[in-house]
Amino acid sequence: MIGGLFIYNHKGEVLISRVYRDDIGRNAVDAFRVNVIHARQQVRSPVTNIARTSFFHVKRSNIWLAAVTKQNVNAAMVFEFLYKMCDVMASYFGKISEENIKNNFVLIYELLDEILDFGYPQNSETGSLKTFITQQGIKGQHQTKEEQSQITSQVTGQIGWRREGIKYRRNELFLDVLESVNLLMSPQGQVLSAHVSGRVVMKSYLSGMPECKFGMNDKIIIDKAGKGGVTNEAGKSDLGGGGSTSGKQSIAIDDCTFNQCVRLSKFDSERSISFIPPDGEYELMRYRTTKDIILPFRVIPLVREVGRTKLEVKVVIKSNFKPSLLAQKIEVRIPTPLNTSGVQVICMKGKAKYKASENAIVWKIKRMAGMKESQISAEIELLPTNDKKKWARPPISMNFEVPFAPSGLKVRYLKVFESKLNYSDHDVIKWVRYIGRSGIYETRC
Amino acid sequence: MPAVSKGDGMRGLAVFISDIRNCKSKEAEIKRINKELANIRSKFKGDKALDGYSKKKYVCKLLFIFLLGHDIDFGHMEAVNLLSSNKYTEKQIGYLFISVLVNSNSDLISLINNAIKNDLSSRNPTFMNLALHCIANVGSREMAEAFAAEVPRILVAGDTMDSVKQSAALCLLRLNRTSPDLVPMGEWTTRVVHLLNDQHLGVVTAATSLITTLAQKSPEDFKTSVSLAVARLSRIVSSASTDLQDYTYYFVAAPWLSVKLLRLLQCYPPPEDGAIRGRLTECLETILNKAQEPPKSKKVQHSNAKNAVLFEAISLIIHHDSEPTLLVRACNQLGQFLQHRETNLRYLALESMCTLASSEFSHEAVKTHIETVINALKSERDVSVRQRAVDLLYAMCDRSNAKQIVAEMLSYLETADYSIREEIVLKVAILAEKYAVDYTWYVDTILNLIRFAGDYVSDEVWYRVIQIVINRDEVQGYAAKTVFEALQAPACHENLVKVGGYILGEFGNLIAGDSRSSPLIQFDLLHSKFHLCSVPTRALLLSAYIKFINLFPEVKGTIQEVLRSDSQLRNADVELQQRAVEYLRLSCIASTDILATVLEEMPPFPERESSILAKLKRKKGPGNLHLDLDENRKERSVNGGTADHSSTTSNAKAPMPPQASAVPVLRSAGPLFQVFASPTTSTDLLGLGSTIATQNSAPPASKGASLLVDVFSGNTAAFPVETPVAVGPVADENFSRFVCKNNGVLYENQLLQIGLKSEFRQNLGRMYVFFGNKTSTQFMNFAASVVCQDALQAQLNVHAKPADPTVDGGAQLQQILNIECVSDFVDAPVLNIQFRYGGTLQNIAVKLPITLNKFFQPTEMTSLDFFQRWKQLGAPQQEVQNIFKARHSMDIEVTKAKIMGFGAALLDGVDPNPFNFVGAGVIHTKTTQVGCLLRLEPNTQAQMYRLTLRTSRGTVSQRLCDLLSEQF
Repeated sequence: MIGGLFIYNHKGEVLISRVYRDDIGRNAVDAFRVNVIHARQQVRSPVTNIARTSFFHVKRSNIWLAAVTKQNVNAAMVFEFLYKMCDVMASYFGKISEENIKNNFVLIYELLDEILDFGYPQNSETGSLKTFITQQGIKGQHQTKEEQSQITSQVTGQIGWRREGIKYRRNELFLDVLESVNLLMSPQGQVLSAHVSGRVVMKSYLSGMPECKFGMNDKIIIDKAGKGGVTNEAGKSDLGGGGSTSGKQSIAIDDCTFNQCVRLSKFDSERSISFIPPDGEYELMRYRTTKDIILPFRVIPLVREVGRTKLEVKVVIKSNFKPSLLAQKIEVRIPTPLNTSGVQVICMKGKAKYKASENAIVWKIKRMAGMKESQISAEIELLPTNDKKKWARPPISMNFEVPFAPSGLKVRYLKVFESKLNYSDHDVIKWVRYIGRSGIYETRC
Repeated sequence: MPAVSKGDGMRGLAVFISDIRNCKSKEAEIKRINKELANIRSKFKGDKALDGYSKKKYVCKLLFIFLLGHDIDFGHMEAVNLLSSNKYTEKQIGYLFISVLVNSNSDLISLINNAIKNDLSSRNPTFMNLALHCIANVGSREMAEAFAAEVPRILVAGDTMDSVKQSAALCLLRLNRTSPDLVPMGEWTTRVVHLLNDQHLGVVTAATSLITTLAQKSPEDFKTSVSLAVARLSRIVSSASTDLQDYTYYFVAAPWLSVKLLRLLQCYPPPEDGAIRGRLTECLETILNKAQEPPKSKKVQHSNAKNAVLFEAISLIIHHDSEPTLLVRACNQLGQFLQHRETNLRYLALESMCTLASSEFSHEAVKTHIETVINALKSERDVSVRQRAVDLLYAMCDRSNAKQIVAEMLSYLETADYSIREEIVLKVAILAEKYAVDYTWYVDTILNLIRFAGDYVSDEVWYRVIQIVINRDEVQGYAAKTVFEALQAPACHENLVKVGGYILGEFGNLIAGDSRSSPLIQFDLLHSKFHLCSVPTRALLLSAYIKFINLFPEVKGTIQEVLRSDSQLRNADVELQQRAVEYLRLSCIASTDILATVLEEMPPFPERESSILAKLKRKKGPGNLHLDLDENRKERSVNGGTADHSSTTSNAKAPMPPQASAVPVLRSAGPLFQVFASPTTSTDLLGLGSTIATQNSAPPASKGASLLVDVFSGNTAAFPVETPVAVGPVADENFSRFVCKNNGVLYENQLLQIGLKSEFRQNLGRMYVFFGNKTSTQFMNFAASVVCQDALQAQLNVHAKPADPTVDGGAQLQQILNIECVSDFVDAPVLNIQFRYGGTLQNIAVKLPITLNKFFQPTEMTSLDFFQRWKQLGAPQQEVQNIFKARHSMDIEVTKAKIMGFGAALLDGVDPNPFNFVGAGVIHTKTTQVGCLLRLEPNTQAQMYRLTLRTSRGTVSQRLCDLLSEQF
C-alpha cells in the first residue's frame, strides 16, 4: 500500500509531504529529489526504484506528485489514485500549480487524510467529498445536526457517491465520448501500431435517485441482442428500432473499466451498463480498441539529402473522413537535424515556422475538411560537423481534433428511470458529443 | 552587435547566461540552448565572415553550453581560427576552448599544433604563456611529441622572459608526468639546475618543482642542485621578512619555495661537503628557532605558512637522520604541538613523531612524550588523530615501556572506534609478542585481546599464540590454566574457543591434576561451547576431543559417545562428519600405543617472521606505516603526489607469500593428515607440507602425507615460488626440485601456473599436469605438447592426452601424460605451451621433470647381499663417484627423506659407519632393468659429501650421480 505521498515543485522543493506508514522515512523525500527530479539523465520511467523503495510519479505542469511505497503494490492502482488525486485537487482549486498548492495546503492535507487511510485509497468521489470537505471554512452553525448525520449516512451508505433529495427543475444530461488515437506508421504508409483509448464522460443534472442504462455499439452486446437472448425490457424496446442495424458496424472493445457507480454484476451477466449516476461531472467508463480504427489523417513524408549541407523535406497530409466534417487545431511537427543552420519553408495552407528551440518545423492549420490534402516543402541547410554520428531521423508527429470517434463507437441509447419522482426518460434533455484527438500520432520519415 | 561593448564585456554572452539561470525547468533550459545553438549555427554558416569579437562570443557560448553538460559538435574550427588572432582576449578564449573541448584524436590537432608553434616562436610573452598553458592543460601524447623538444629550449634560453620561463618549467613538469619517455634529457638539464639561482623567485619556485620530479627519476643528473638549493634556502631563511616583497606571505618569506627546496633536498642524502652541510644545518636550526619566536601576526595564514616550512624541515631532518641535536630539537618542537589546540597540527605532529621514533637518535626523546600521547588517545575527539596516536605508540614502543603501552592500548580498545579496532588488535598482538619478556604476560594480553575485541582478532593472531605456546614449554601449563579460566565465562568469543580447544587438547593434562579442572570438567566445558560455534571451530574441537582420548583414557567413553551421536556422525557438513567417523574408528581400533604416537604432542613450529606483521603491512598502505623510513621516503611524492600515488598503491598490493601459520596437525598421522586440511586452513597446510616433509622424521608417513594433500586444492600462492618470468627459453628453475618429489608447482608467471602430480610404477608413469589460469580472462587456443628431442625420442615415450583448447579465467585445466621408459635416458622432455591471452600469443616451454630415477623400484637387502653386489659391480665404468660441497644444511632426516624420494630403498644398518647412507634399487626400463647401489658419505666438519653409485650400466651411474648430487 502507499506509504507516503509527496508533492514537489519544479525545483524539487517539497510542497506537501504526507507519510502514512512508518517504513517511509524523511530521507525518501530527498532520495526522489536527487534521483529523479535532479537526475542528470531525464528520468522517463514513471516508476523508480531507489534502495528498495518504489516511487510512482506523475507530473502536472511543473508539479511532481510522487507516491512512495516499500511494498509490492499494484502500480496501476497507485497511478489511478494519483490521477484521481489530481482530479480532486483540480475540482477544488482549479489548475494544479505551485501557487495554488501553496495557497491550499491545509485543504490538500485535509483531502489526503480523507482519500487515503493508512495507505489504502478511500472514497475519492469529488461530489461526495465536497459535502464534508469545504473551502469556506465553518460558517457558524451552518450545518445542522441533521445535515451532518445525513452526510455521515450517505458517505458510509451503499450509494456513497450520490446524496438523496437532489432536485432540478430541468433534468439534463451531457455525454461526451472523448478518444485519443495513437499511431506509428512506416514511411511507406504501413501501420506499425495503432490504438484508440477513449473515455465516456458524463455530466448529469437529474433529480432524485435515477437509474440509468447506457448502450453502445459494442460487438458482444449487439451480437447477444441479435440472438434475441436479452430478456430485459429496455434492450428489447430499443432493439425494435435497432434490430435491422445489427448488421451495421459494431466495434470490438479490447478492455474497459467503469466508474464505481456501474453495477458490475449486471454487466457480467447481461452485458448491460446500468448505474445510479453521481451528481455533476464524472467519467463513466474508459476503454481501448485496436481494430478497425479510422485514421483521420495520413502523413506522407519525403526527405532527400542533397550533399552534406542540404536537406529537402516534403510532407503531404491527407484527411480521411467525411467531407462534411471539419478537423481543427491541426499541427504537424517535422523534426530537423541537430546541425541545422537555416530553414526555408513553403506551404499552401496554414502557417509554418522553424522552431530552433525545439529542433523542429511546426506547421499549423486551423481547420481542414475531410477528403482534402495539403502539402509543405522545406529546404534545410546544414552545418558540416566533425561528428560522425548520423542523424537519427525522429518521426514526424501530428496533433488534431476531429468531431467523431475514430474507434467507431456510437452511443445507442441512454435511458433514465426514476420511479419515485414522476419524470420519465422523455423528459430528460440529453446531449451527446464525440471528440477524437490525437495521442501519439507519428509517421517515420 | 553592440559596438560599444566590443573588446571587453560580451553582452550577448551575459544575456544568454542570465537567460539560462532564469529558466524555470530543465525543459526550458534545453529549449533555450537549442535556440542558441541554432543561432550560432546559422551565424557560423553565414556567408559573410564573422569578426573576431563575435567569433569569440559564440565560441564562449559554446563553451558555456558544453560546460552545462551538452554535446558540442561544431565550432572547433572557429576556435582554432581564434588562435591566430592578434588580440589577447580572442586568443585566450580560443585556447580555453581547445584545452577544454578538443580531444587528442581530432583532425584539427595539426592545425592547433601549428598555431601553438607560431605562438611559441613569437616574441610576445603573453602569447607564449598562453601556448605553454595550453600544452600543459591538454598534455596529450601528441602535444608531448610535438613540443617535448621545444619547451626545454624555451626554458633555458637566455632571452626568455621570467614569466615565460615559469610557465615553461611547469609545462615541462606536466609533460614529464604524462609521458616521461618523450621528454629528452639533454644538455639543458645542467642549465635547468642553474635556474635555482635566478633572481626571479617565481622562476625558482617553478624550476624547483621540475627539478624535484626529474631528480627522483635520475638523481645523478641533478646532484649539483643540492648546493644551489641549500644556498637559496639559506638566503631565504636569513632574509628579513620585507626583503622578498611579493613573495612574503603573512610575514613568512617565500614559504612555498622553502617547502619545495626542502623537498628537493629530501631526494638526496645529506650533502658530503662540510661547508654545504654546515650551511644546511644552520638553515634548519634557523627554521627551528623561528618556530620559537612569538608569531608576527595573529592571522591563521601566518602560522600555517610558518608551520608548513617547519614540518618540511623536520621531514628533511628525519630523512637525513644524521644530526642528533637537530632530531632532538625537532622532537621537542613537535612535543609542543602535541598539545596545540589546532587539530591539524596535532595530527601532523603525531605523524612526524612516528617517523622520528624510528630514528635511533630521537627515539628516547620521543619516548618522553608518552604521557601526552596516551592522553591524546583517550581525550582526542578526532578519530584520525587517535589513529595517529596509536601509530605513534606503536612506533615508540620498546622493551622498557611495552607493558605500559600495551596496557593502554588494550584499555583503549574497549572504547575504540570500530574503523581502527582491527589495526589496534594487530598492533597489540605484535607488540606483546615482540617485547614479551615473560610469556605468561603475553598469553594474558592476547586472551584479553580476544575478550575485548574478539571480532577483530584475525586468524593470524590466534595462530601465533598457539605457535608461541607450543614452542615454549614454560608457558604451556600457565596457558592451559588461563584459557580454562577464560572459557568459564558464560559468553566467550569463538576465537577464544578455538585457542582454548587447541591448548587444552595439547596441554590439558598439565592442569588435570587439579580437581577443579579434571579431564571431564575440561571436556564438558569445551563441549558446552561446541554447538555455538561455526564449522571450522567445531572441526578443531573434534580434533581436541580425540586428543583428549589420548591424554585422558578415563573420558574415552564420554567422548566416543559424543562422536557417535547423530549430530556428529551424520552431520550435514562433510568435514565434521568425516572427522567424527575417523576419530571414532581411530579411538576404537587403535591400541593406546598407536594412539599415543598418532596423537603425540605437536612438534615445535619453525621460527619465522610473524605472520601478524605481514598482515599489518598488507593492511596498511606504506603511506601510513612509518616502519621503514627509507622505503617511505622514496615513495613520497614531492609535488603533491598524484603521479606517484599509483606506484605506492601498487606496491601495497604486491603479493606477499602468506606465512604458514600454526594449524592443528597431527604428527606422523599419514591418513589423518588430509583430514586436517579443512577448506579454511588448507593454505597454511600447504605451506607446512613441505616443511613437514623435510622436518619430521617419519619418512613413510610424511611422504604419504604430501601425496595425500591435494596440492592443488586451495590457494596456489601457498608455494613460495617466485619464479621470475622467462618466456622464450626453456624454463627449468624448478626442475631439480622434482628429482626427489613428484608433486608441486613446476612453473609460474603472472598468467599461468603449472602444477604437477605424478606417479610411476616400474617402467611406466602417469603425470597429471594442471594448468591454472591466474588471470580473470579466458585463454584461447590453448595447446600443450610434449617434445622429446634427438636421442630421447627412442628412449622415452610420452603420450599426451588432448585437452580443452580454452581455459577460463581462474580455472584449472588438467592434462594427462602417459610415460613409458624404453631405455635409460639423460635429457628431459620439454613441455611446449601455446595460448592466446588478450589477443597476444603466449609461448612457454618448460622442462618436464621426468628423470631416470623416477623409474626406480626400491629393493630391500641385507648387509651381506649389499656388499656382495657392491663387489660384483666393481668395474671402473660401472662406478661413478662425486665429491661435493653441501649446499643445504646437513640434516640427517632431510637427507634420508631425499634419498627415499629419489626412489632407492634406504638400507639401515648396512654401512658400518652409522652416519653413512646406503641405498639400493632397480631401474625399470622397457628393454632392461638396471640394478643400482648407492652410498652417500657426509663429512659434517668439512661440509662435504661423497656420493658413490654403482650400477650395471655406466651411463646410468653417471646420470643418477648427477641428479642426486644436486640435491644436497
